[in-house]
Amino acid sequence: MAPLVPYEIITPNTNLLFAFIIGIGFGAVLEGSGFSSSRKLAGVFYGYDTVVLKVFFTGAITAMLGLLFMSLFGWINLNLVYINPTYLTSAILGGIIMGLGFIMGGFCPGTSFCAASIGKIDAMVFIVGLFLGVVLFTEGYPLWKSVYMANFLGYPKLSTALGLSDGVLALLVILAAIGMFFVGEWAEKKFPQEEY
Amino acid sequence: MNTTTKQTRYLNPYIGGVLLGLVLIAANYISGRGLGASGALKSTVAATVKTVAPAHYENAAFYQSLQSKKEDQGKGKQSPLKDWLVFEMLGVVVGGFLSGAIAGRLKLKTEHSPRISSKRRLLFALLGGVLFGFGAQMGRGCTSGSALSGMAVLSMGGFITMAAIFGTAYAFAYFFRKNWI
Repeated sequence: MAPLVPYEIITPNTNLLFAFIIGIGFGAVLEGSGFSSSRKLAGVFYGYDTVVLKVFFTGAITAMLGLLFMSLFGWINLNLVYINPTYLTSAILGGIIMGLGFIMGGFCPGTSFCAASIGKIDAMVFIVGLFLGVVLFTEGYPLWKSVYMANFLGYPKLSTALGLSDGVLALLVILAAIGMFFVGEWAEKKFPQEEY
Repeated sequence: MNTTTKQTRYLNPYIGGVLLGLVLIAANYISGRGLGASGALKSTVAATVKTVAPAHYENAAFYQSLQSKKEDQGKGKQSPLKDWLVFEMLGVVVGGFLSGAIAGRLKLKTEHSPRISSKRRLLFALLGGVLFGFGAQMGRGCTSGSALSGMAVLSMGGFITMAAIFGTAYAFAYFFRKNWI
């Protein structure tokens, strides 16, 4: 039965080895899809290249469906899988600050490491910025602790919050993703960009 | 079906997405958790502070909350670097490098729109990095850990953070258009 770590099928140290191997897969997929290029990433915000939209949402719905089916077949106990907590205020505020960082910097943390690994200097500078931003947060923590902790809602699933079954929510997300894929394909024809 | 696009030798994005989903499933199946990136930065900062300013590490509220979380898991004596996300991010660098090497994309360069200088690109990269680093701590995870991995397990917070990141970037795209188009 899975997940393998909570069921103690593999040890915590072996888990770190798997973390490294999973990371190799993650980095290779990101780089291979073009996430090592800031101008490809930023393209989703101007319509000339929507690779972010396609890869991100295909990845999310693949994993969502895969986990739901594996749970249905009894292969994985989703109660032991980590579900992110929801702190409403900081989820929104953090997202807004990250969104600004994304459009200004052209990367997110994962993609910047991947781009730096193939020699992108803008990505290396972005990483320096990331560390400065983290230090700013950790050192100034008492100043924003109350905002960081505000409106804790527990570990809700969106499906539960909306009163839907997991499967129905997954179906809605898939339909929304397919709609966005059509918009993305249309936008790439409508707002073409020369070599970048 | 051709799995790579002609000019760029990148993966077809839908195939890339399915592969990304499979990696995310593997993380959940093996380790019972999603992918991430910004958590590794936090651990690196904590480990650095612990080494260079141990007294400050013992006093500052944020590092203490990290430390007590580790102690709750029975890992109190371990370095903050002995962390799942740190090992995963080392893998990301190796995986990205291998993929770039195979596709012939290894090259030192600053990528920017022809309408701006590299200096301007690097200044905005730095500012964007600072904001993203701060925001990812505030939001308890970035595009990978909070948005992508959160959505895969249907976490409400994951959907909210995803909408806030992309919504804000779209809202401000107009003001930064010269940097990209």
